[in-house]
Amino acid sequence: MEKIKLTVDIKEEQKKAQEIINKQGRRILVCASTGCLANGALDLIEKFKELGANADILTKEDKMSVIPTGCIGFCEQGCLVVIPDRKLTYVHVKKEDVEEIYDSLKNNTIVERLLYVDPALNSKVVNNEEMNFYAKQTRTAMKNCGLINPESLDEAIAAGAYSALSKVLEENDQEFVISEIEKSGLRGRGGGGFATGKKWRSVYQHRGGKSYVICNGDEGDPGAFMDRSVMEDDPNKLLEGMAIAAFAVGADEGYIYVRAEYPLAIKRLKMAIAAAEERNLLGKNIMGSNFSFHIHIKEGAGAFVCGESSALIASIEGERGMPRPKNIHMAECGLFKRPTLLNNVETFANVPLIITNGSEWFSAMGTEGSKGTKTFALTGEVNNTGLIEVPMNTTLRQIVFDLGGGIRNGKKFKAVQIGGPSGGCLTEEHLDMPMDYDQLKKVGAMVGSGGLVVMNEDTCIVEVARFFMNFTQHESCGKCTPCREGTKQMLAILERIVRGQGKMEDLDTLEELGEVIKEGSLCGLGKSAPNPVLSTLKYFRDEYVAHIKDKKCPAGVCKALKHFEIQEDKCKGCTKCARNCPVGAIEGTIKEPHKINQDKCIKCGACIDNCPFKAIEIK
Amino acid sequence: MSDKKTLFINNIEVEFTDEKTVLEVIRNNGFDVPTFCHRPDLTQYGACRMCIVEQEGRGIQASCTMPPRAGIKIQTNSDKVRKIRKTILELLLANHKRECLTCEKSGNCELQKYAAEYGITDIRFPKLEEKDYLPIDNFNPSIVRDPSKCILCGACVRACSEFQGHSVLGFVNRGSNTVVSPMNGRYLSQVDCVFCGQCQSVCPTGALSIKSDIDRAWELINNKEKKVVIQFAPSVRVAFGEEFNLEAGENTIGKIYAAARRLGFDLIFDTNFSADLTIMEEANEFVGRLTKGENLPLFTSCCPAWVRYVETQHPELINHLSTCKSPQGMLSPVVKEFLPNYYEGYTKENIAVISVMPCTAKKYEAIREQLFGETDIVLTTQEFAKMIKAAGIDFKKLKDEKADSPFGLYTGAGTIFGASGGVAEAAVRTAYNMVTGEELSNIDITPLRGVDAESRTKDMIVDIKGTQVKVRVVSTLKEAEKSLQELIAGKSDYHILEVMACPGGCVNGGGQPTSCLDSKIKEKRAQGLYEEDKNLELRKSHTNPDIIKLYDECLGGKPGSEKAHHLLHTSYTDKFKGSYKDIK
Repeated sequence: MEKIKLTVDIKEEQKKAQEIINKQGRRILVCASTGCLANGALDLIEKFKELGANADILTKEDKMSVIPTGCIGFCEQGCLVVIPDRKLTYVHVKKEDVEEIYDSLKNNTIVERLLYVDPALNSKVVNNEEMNFYAKQTRTAMKNCGLINPESLDEAIAAGAYSALSKVLEENDQEFVISEIEKSGLRGRGGGGFATGKKWRSVYQHRGGKSYVICNGDEGDPGAFMDRSVMEDDPNKLLEGMAIAAFAVGADEGYIYVRAEYPLAIKRLKMAIAAAEERNLLGKNIMGSNFSFHIHIKEGAGAFVCGESSALIASIEGERGMPRPKNIHMAECGLFKRPTLLNNVETFANVPLIITNGSEWFSAMGTEGSKGTKTFALTGEVNNTGLIEVPMNTTLRQIVFDLGGGIRNGKKFKAVQIGGPSGGCLTEEHLDMPMDYDQLKKVGAMVGSGGLVVMNEDTCIVEVARFFMNFTQHESCGKCTPCREGTKQMLAILERIVRGQGKMEDLDTLEELGEVIKEGSLCGLGKSAPNPVLSTLKYFRDEYVAHIKDKKCPAGVCKALKHFEIQEDKCKGCTKCARNCPVGAIEGTIKEPHKINQDKCIKCGACIDNCPFKAIEIK
Repeated sequence: MSDKKTLFINNIEVEFTDEKTVLEVIRNNGFDVPTFCHRPDLTQYGACRMCIVEQEGRGIQASCTMPPRAGIKIQTNSDKVRKIRKTILELLLANHKRECLTCEKSGNCELQKYAAEYGITDIRFPKLEEKDYLPIDNFNPSIVRDPSKCILCGACVRACSEFQGHSVLGFVNRGSNTVVSPMNGRYLSQVDCVFCGQCQSVCPTGALSIKSDIDRAWELINNKEKKVVIQFAPSVRVAFGEEFNLEAGENTIGKIYAAARRLGFDLIFDTNFSADLTIMEEANEFVGRLTKGENLPLFTSCCPAWVRYVETQHPELINHLSTCKSPQGMLSPVVKEFLPNYYEGYTKENIAVISVMPCTAKKYEAIREQLFGETDIVLTTQEFAKMIKAAGIDFKKLKDEKADSPFGLYTGAGTIFGASGGVAEAAVRTAYNMVTGEELSNIDITPLRGVDAESRTKDMIVDIKGTQVKVRVVSTLKEAEKSLQELIAGKSDYHILEVMACPGGCVNGGGQPTSCLDSKIKEKRAQGLYEEDKNLELRKSHTNPDIIKLYDECLGGKPGSEKAHHLLHTSYTDKFKGSYKDIK
C-alpha cells in the first residue's frame, strides 16, 4: 500500500491545541457528569469562575482555570474537584467550600477537611496517587475521562485524539489495522466477548459495496454506566475508534445507537461529530485522504432488547425492535442487508490506543484469553462505588477490597452479581478469580457489559434473583415462546417463594424452566435471562430452602417472611413504640412489656427506629 | 443441478441439495418436526422454538432458521429436544383460552394437534396473563379474531405485511403483554382490512378463524318456503378433496355436485358458467376502452379484496376498475331474474343463492351496498366441507354427477379463473375474437401462468392483429401496489391489470383448506385447473352455448346491452376517509 500525504497535520493540530491549554494556567477540574451535576457541580464551576478561575478571561496573575470535565469515576464521593498539577483530589465539595479551595491554591496550602479518607486505613489521602481507588486502576478506554473538557475538541486533540486515525490513514493499509487488532487480542466489551479482530476481518472480506459500522451504545443493564461515561466524557475517542474500524473494513457510514435516556451523551456526541467534521477529522475525505466516514446518531427508545445486535439493527431500520434469526452473519448481511460491523462503545474506545501504542502493549495486559483492561460499574454495598477500569487479570478480591475499599459498615461480603440481569453471581469462593471471559463463563457468570453489584450479608439472594427476573421479564420483547412465557412463569414462582408460599418442587421447576429458556430462546436476552436464578440456586440453594421450608428469609429482607417481636426482658414499657405505630398494632400498659399484634403489623419498622432500648427484633 | 451433499438426521444419512434450512431437509426426507411460526411462503421468523433439534457439538438449534451443512448430525427427538418442546407446549397452553371443544378451529388447530401428539395431559403452570378479557372481534363478515387464543407466532402479521404490504395487523406492547392487534385496538372492520383471510389461513390456532355461516346455510336449506340454489367457484373443485384426504389438485367437482344434491339444494349451478359470462362483459368493456383509449389500464374486478383495496387506498384510480361484477356477483342476480323462466315454482322472491367460494372476502362482497341481497350466503370451501361431514355424507364414495341447466355448463376459460393469470388468459382468448372475428390459434397463454412466489408479477404482450395489448398479471396486493405506483408515476403502458389479492390467486384463497405448510399445494391446485381446461372441449367463453343462449333469450343479444349492464355491472365508492393513509 502506498502511503498517503495528508493535508491535516495532526501533530501541528496537537501543538496548537496544547498552546490553548497552556494559556489556561493551573487547571481546576470539576467533575460535571450526571452524578456530580445532580450534586451541584454547576454551582461550583460558576463560583470558581466568579472568583477568577475563568479560562475565557485569564487576566489575574494567579492564572487558574476551572474546567468542567466528564466523570472521574469516583461517584460515591461527588462533587469532586481535582487539581492535577498538585495531585490533589477534594471530595464531597459544596459550593461553600469553593472559596477556601481557591484561596488555598493561591497560597499553596491544602484544605485538609475536604480530603478523601481511606476507609481501610482511616487516614486522609493527600496525594492522588495514593488513593487506592485510582492507584489500582489502569485506564485505557477511559484514559481521558475526567481529565479533559469533553465539549472541547482542542482538549481532546491535545490529549492525543485523532493521532491514531491520522497514522492509519497515512499508512493506508487496511490489512495492517486488522492484524493489529487481531494481535492485540481485544474481545468485544459488550458482553459476548467475541474476538474483535476476527469480526473486523469477516466484514472486511465482504467489502466492495456499501458497508456500515455501528456502535452499540444501548447500555441497558441496571446500574451500568461505563459506555455512557465514554460517550459523555471522551466522545472523540469513540468517534476515532469507529473511524479506524470503518477504514479497516471499508465502510463509509456509521451509526451510534444511543438510548434516549442518555441525553447528555447524545448532545456531546453530536457536538463532537460537528466539531470533528468542521476540522476535517471526520466526514468527507478525512484529513485529505480518500477515506470518508459519516456518523449518524440513532436514538433508541429504551428497550433493553435493542442492545441485542439484530434487534438493534431492526430498530435502526425503523422496525419493531425484535431480534431476528441469525442464520446469515451480520458481516455479510446486516443493516439494510449490507455488510455491517457492530461493536460496543468500550470496544471502539480501546482501538485508538492499540493503534498508537501497538498491539503488544495491549496484549501485555490481562490474562491468556482476555487481554487488556475492562471497565466496571462498581455498585452496591462497597465503600467506594463508582466507575473503574482494571486489567483483566485483576481479581474480584482486588476490586471489592482494594479499589472498592471493602464492604460498607464493616459487614460481611456475601456475593457479587456480575454482568447485570444476564450475568450470574460470584461468591466468596470466586474472590481470587480474575475477571476473565472464559473463567467467568465456566462458573455460570459472565463479564457482560461490566455491571458489578456487591452484596453483603443483609442481601436476600432470592429477592435479588426475583429482582433480575422481574427486569428481564419486563424487557422480553415477546417474540419467542421460552423467553416470553417462561420468564413470566419463573418470576411467578420466585414471587411465591419470597411471599413464603413456595413449594420444594418449585425449585426443580425453576431449574427446568431455566434450562428450557437458556437452550430454547431466540436471542441472547432469553438465553441468559435465567442466569441469575440458576447461579443463585447453585450457590445459595439453602437460602431458597429456608424461604420455602422454614418460611424464613435469612437476610431478613422479604417482608412477608419477617415478623417483629418485642423482647420482654428488654422492654421497659415506655410506650414509645405504641405511640409511633401507624396502624396501632402494639398493645400494652405503661411500664410493662408491650406486645405486637402480628395480624395488624404492616412491618414498616417504625417501632424499631423509635425503641430507645433496642428491644424489638426482626425474626 | 446443484451438488448433492449429505447430513445425518437421527443417525440416518440423507441427501440435500439447495434446501435453505435444516427444517426443509428434515421434511424432505420423511421426518417431521412441529412448527407454529414457520410458513414456507413467509420470511423466516424463529419465534415458537418448537422446531428445535439437537446438533452434535452445538446443542439446541432452531431448524427453521438453520442452514444445512454437509456432515452435521441432527437429532430431532432427543430427550432434551422433547423436554423443551413439551415445556413450550405447556407454557403456551397455560396462557391459552382452552375451550377447544367449542373452538372454530377444533380439529384443525396445530396447538391442539401437537398437544395431543406430545401427550400433554397436565399443565404444570398457572394462567398468568388474563388475556381472556381481550375483546373478540367478530364485527366483520369474514374473519373472527380472538386474541386470547393467540400464541404470538407472528404468521398473520407477516402474511398481512408480506402478501398485502398492508400491515393491518401488528404487535402491540412488549414481553408477555404482547398482543396482535390492528391500529389503536380497533376492529378489523374499522381499518383498511380487505378481508382476504390470508391471516387466518396461516394462523395455527383459533386466534383467527373464518366467520362461520354454516348455521344460516342449514336454516335456508331446510326452509320449505325457499328454493335454494348453490354455485361453486372455479378453484373450489381442485382443493375440496383435501378435506377428505384426497390429493391437492384432484378435481372433485362431480362429487361436489352430488354432495350438494344430497344436502338438499334444489338446483346446482357453477360459478364457472358466470366466469364465462364475466369474460363476455369484461372483454367487451376492454375492447370498448381500448378503442376509445379511456381508463386504461383496465383493472379486473373479480377479487373483492382488490376492489376494496382500490376503494380505500387509491380512490383516484376507481375508474380503472372494470364495472363488471365478479362471477359470484353476476350469477346470483341472473339466477334470481331468469330462473323462473326455466323452472316452475321458482319466483324471484323465493329463490335463495348460496355460493361456495375459496375466499373470505366474498362474504364481504355479498354485503356490499351495491350487491346486497343478491347472494344470500357465502360459504368458504372449508365451511362447505364441514357441512358435508356433519350431514354424514361419505364424500369419497360419491359418484360424479352433473350441474343443472341452464347455468351449469362452462368452458375451460371459466375454470382457469381460479389461478392467478387465468382471468387475463380467458379475456385474451375472447377479446381476440371480439376484435378480429377470428379465433386465437394457440390459446395456452403460458407466460401468464404460474402461482409460485416468483410469479407474482407477470407481463406479456399479446398481438391482436397488429394491436399490441400489454397484459400485466399480479397476485398479492403488495405487488399490486408496486404496479399502481408505476401507474401513478406515469411509467406503465400496459392495458390490462389483473390483480388477485391472495398469493397465486384463488387456488390459495383465505377460505381454502389449510395450505400454508406446503408451498406446492397451490401449484398442484392450479395444475388441476389447467388440466381441466386442457381436457374440456370448449375452452373459450364466447363458445359456451348456454352463454350464447342466455344473451339471446334474456340479455339483449349481446354483451354490453342495457339489460346486461343493469344486471351484470356495478359501481364503486370512495372509501378513503378513515383509512390508514387518510389518518396519516
